[in-house]
Amino acid sequence: MAAREVTQGWIPAFAGMTRGFGKGLPKGEGVGRGLRALRAAVQRLRATWSPGYAVAAAVAALFVLGFLPFVKMGLVVNGFVLGAIIATGAIGLTLIYGNLNFANIAHGDYMAMGAYVAFFVVTDLLAAVGIQGQGFGPFTFGYPLLIALPLAAAAVALGAVVLDVVVYRRLRNRQVNAVVMAMASLGLAIAVRGLIQIIWTGEKLQLPRESRQVYHLPMDIRIPPDSIFIAGLAVVLVVGVYVLLTRTKIGKAMRATADNPDLARVTGIPTERVIWATWAIGGGLAAIAGVLLAVFQAQLLPSMGWEFLIPLFAAVILGGIGNPYGALVGALVIGVSMEVSTQWITPSYKHAVAFIIMIVLLLARPRGLLGRSN
Amino acid sequence: MAGIYAVFALGLNVHWGYTGLFNIGIAGFFALGAYTAALLTSPAADPLLFEEFVFAGDWAQLGILDLGIDLWFVLALAAAGAACGVVALLIGYVTLRLNDDYLAIATLGIAESVRLFFLNEKWVANGSKGLYQIPQFLEGWLPSDKYNYLYMVVVIVVLAVLFALVQRVMKSPWGRVLRAIREDEVATAASGKNVFSFKLQAFVLGAVIMGVGGALFAHHIRFVSPLTFDPLLGTFIIWAMLMVGGSGNNLGAILGAFVVWGLWVGARFLPGELADPNFRFFMVGVLIVAVILLRPGGILGELRRVTRGRAGRSAVRLDDG
Repeated sequence: MAAREVTQGWIPAFAGMTRGFGKGLPKGEGVGRGLRALRAAVQRLRATWSPGYAVAAAVAALFVLGFLPFVKMGLVVNGFVLGAIIATGAIGLTLIYGNLNFANIAHGDYMAMGAYVAFFVVTDLLAAVGIQGQGFGPFTFGYPLLIALPLAAAAVALGAVVLDVVVYRRLRNRQVNAVVMAMASLGLAIAVRGLIQIIWTGEKLQLPRESRQVYHLPMDIRIPPDSIFIAGLAVVLVVGVYVLLTRTKIGKAMRATADNPDLARVTGIPTERVIWATWAIGGGLAAIAGVLLAVFQAQLLPSMGWEFLIPLFAAVILGGIGNPYGALVGALVIGVSMEVSTQWITPSYKHAVAFIIMIVLLLARPRGLLGRSN
Repeated sequence: MAGIYAVFALGLNVHWGYTGLFNIGIAGFFALGAYTAALLTSPAADPLLFEEFVFAGDWAQLGILDLGIDLWFVLALAAAGAACGVVALLIGYVTLRLNDDYLAIATLGIAESVRLFFLNEKWVANGSKGLYQIPQFLEGWLPSDKYNYLYMVVVIVVLAVLFALVQRVMKSPWGRVLRAIREDEVATAASGKNVFSFKLQAFVLGAVIMGVGGALFAHHIRFVSPLTFDPLLGTFIIWAMLMVGGSGNNLGAILGAFVVWGLWVGARFLPGELADPNFRFFMVGVLIVAVILLRPGGILGELRRVTRGRAGRSAVRLDDG
């Protein structure tokens, strides 16, 4: 519970920060709806401002502030970093969910695949060409990883599109139930993980470490430079997705398809190409999230993706399915909760914490934190 | 072993084959059933064997209920089913009102939470070392080298009872409603059925069957640990069994369990790379996708029953799952 208190204080702050974000959007468009809902909620709160609310807000604020001294700030910071990784995966997942209308259970394994491809590029491919891992600034990884990141993203994006053509498109043409699509993605999840195990065995692998530096910040926060890199890259990617969705033609087409596929087709939007774009973006983001997770955990395991599904879906569901901004908020809530919970609970319960938060929030708000009532 | 897996395939058939509930956390119910049975029948914890394990599971020897170990076995089967039923009731109550996909995620969450619970709470079940020396049913009736035959009979009897039960239930009006929900939820609701309640009942029934399967497993292997219930052998392979055999067909579920388990064990004797467990893992996934793409009905598709006036029932093969 404590975790929720901590993050709740933060959401209104986010609302304030992003209020300018949705402004440019015309009314009635799919994206930005979450933000507008948030803005509307804030405005409603202002309109109905009364002493009662003030007291409630003050009590809540005191509660959060009262809790803060007991929460290790290092855990909160770590939570934001973990949240950034979850967000990178969850945004792709929610886009696929919104556009193709099924839960891609293979998403976690796409992440793992991305991590393993990057690992292969760093330790085998680049080493074979003669590029050796050298220290790259203060980070634990050498600059080969920077080359590996886009390669892994491209490989997984391509793989996701190919799998769509081979498997999902046929099912779409047969107009099967969404659950059958999810079923097929379960099969693919198993196959992808099996493939990873065939190529790289089931053993734990470690990315080469070039440095062991740690920054010490006030309030007893210790943060490895990697975390800053992870958070920074995630921010860049989120902004990139935002620009893509709101400013580019394919992004707008994606939103239109998510809103109403039939109408989009009638309007002349090539929905198949839009679906491929969705897979490519979702797969690429998943691969990067996988690499970041491998850096964060300092190891690779074939099961890392499957186990990461719970936080991923928790973030997607918290944010409301198909809503990338919701997924971002959900991911940060889940990430911080998972990390902060380790202060009181055995760290290995992390994933269960994500699950329980999801269940509790589903009970309270079945459409997610930013869900629209409808 | 195949018989035990057939029990799971039956349970999954109730979820997916008949009601269209997407359960990807079979391993959770598997583990819960197995642990419940193991804890109820295990002898008192030997401090030499179990360091932090305090649960004295010697109910049979406590003398409170002096039923003898064999009756406890039957009781353990029932308790394992009950435990899974309760968990399914709780989770189903929260998630079944919502979109289908939420249930899938929730079952995944259960599987992970159950595994973490038994892994971390050493006092309950000895953590990662697991429980061993679980007693067997009717131990000592036959010499130990022939015991497996006896247990096979036990498994087949349980399987037959469950098969008859599920068959009967699915032919009843209640089963018809479930199939109707699978095909079209809105239409079913419109004809005055409480969709949520029916789904919840089906979810609990399937989970109970899985719990019984877990208990059978625990007494067969005589050892349970959190690692026994990994997603592959606890969930994925059961899905492959149901898909191969034919979802919506109980005989198909059982057939699929035997076929897939046969392939799984048989592949061990293949030459070279093909015997690699990782390769088999990969093939389980490919098998599921292939069945969905090429033969959605599985080997034995669902028989579509149509009541046609006086002509009575005629069976038509249903070809799209």
